[in-house]
Amino acid sequence: MASGNDQSNAAAVTSAPEAGNLLGFLRNKGVAATERPSSDHPAFNVPAGEVVATLQHLRDEQAFDLLMDVTAIDWAEGASPRFTVVYHLLSTTRSAYVRIAVNCASDTAPSAPSVVSVWPGANWHERECFDLMGIKFEGHPDLRRILMWDEYPYHPLRKDFPLAGIETALPDADVTAETGTRVLAAPMAGGPFVATSGEINLTEAEPRAKDESWADRRPRPDQEGLKQVRE
Amino acid sequence: MVTASTELGYNSKVEGDVVVTRADAVINWIRTNSMWPMPMGLACCAIELMAVGGARFDIARFGAEVMRFSPRQADCMIVAGTVTYKMAAHLRRVYDQMCAPKWVIAMGACASTGGMYRSYATLQGVDRIVPVDVYVSGCPPRPEALLDALMKLQAKVKREPATQRLFSDDAPPRADLH
Repeated sequence: MASGNDQSNAAAVTSAPEAGNLLGFLRNKGVAATERPSSDHPAFNVPAGEVVATLQHLRDEQAFDLLMDVTAIDWAEGASPRFTVVYHLLSTTRSAYVRIAVNCASDTAPSAPSVVSVWPGANWHERECFDLMGIKFEGHPDLRRILMWDEYPYHPLRKDFPLAGIETALPDADVTAETGTRVLAAPMAGGPFVATSGEINLTEAEPRAKDESWADRRPRPDQEGLKQVRE
Repeated sequence: MVTASTELGYNSKVEGDVVVTRADAVINWIRTNSMWPMPMGLACCAIELMAVGGARFDIARFGAEVMRFSPRQADCMIVAGTVTYKMAAHLRRVYDQMCAPKWVIAMGACASTGGMYRSYATLQGVDRIVPVDVYVSGCPPRPEALLDALMKLQAKVKREPATQRLFSDDAPPRADLH
């Protein structure tokens, strides 16, 4: 299967898997990359304007041939930068990962350059990221929501969005008119359901609200103040 | 219910072949034993639904083996799985396309109450968007549980005032949506 040519290529790329080598490679390409704290794989912070060139260089010259994921981090309200877009690359030939992170300049209307021109597969990743985190990918050919419906007014994975949801209208007005149903906040009944793995007793292992000190009728202790503010 | 009566034969040529009963009983008997399900399979419950249709559990024993993927040919929607808000309107549209009389089985915890998906994306019970006749517990329910639900639905259909609905413009109100 492996010709002599392939083996020599593999030897060439496996000789430089270290973070320092990759950092040097990016710096040589004129990318103002800085090393990012990481407990597993090499990770770099890159300025927003240089992310497309960075991924292109890594794909074409360092054999990072697979875009595993495009996602984002919300560092919560008040943090600046609040949003960070993260790209995970995999090299299938050298079995190495690298992580590229881009801080969004705006904390209220975050945006990042689209990498669809480098990886067409980024299309749906970026749509998902736009849908759930509200990152606007500049240059994306078709930036629509992918999971929630088009008219949905929120970005549910942001830190300020409650898990239960916010009351809003259903996507179809005629169905709402006929049934009177709206999108309602889900009853949390004591908190998010959490499964316990490794339990032998199935009754204990199944997903359930672990914290039963509060429920719908009795608000969570740390939200007493919040409730008073709302009332 | 449907009984062959020899006493009421009025003509020797048909004597013994005349059945006397109520129209309600006949109509409900027919409906009960040829219920065509609309398999609204949305999640893992649909796998159990397939098992019900297979040879081991064999829903054909109850006359409901003709799964129709066109709502216009079905009269019992089996909602098997998690209904998201995005899907809810489509589910209602499929329900609206079914010809009356029609029934709905909410199969499993998700379809009945939203189940473990207490989140912004999930409809908390399909009864918020279509009227449900029978709820099935379980996550997912065993095939036997769905057969039990079908038998309960059949028992319910047998009690319906079928002729009243056939010949009156305003059918009696179904269970209210909430």
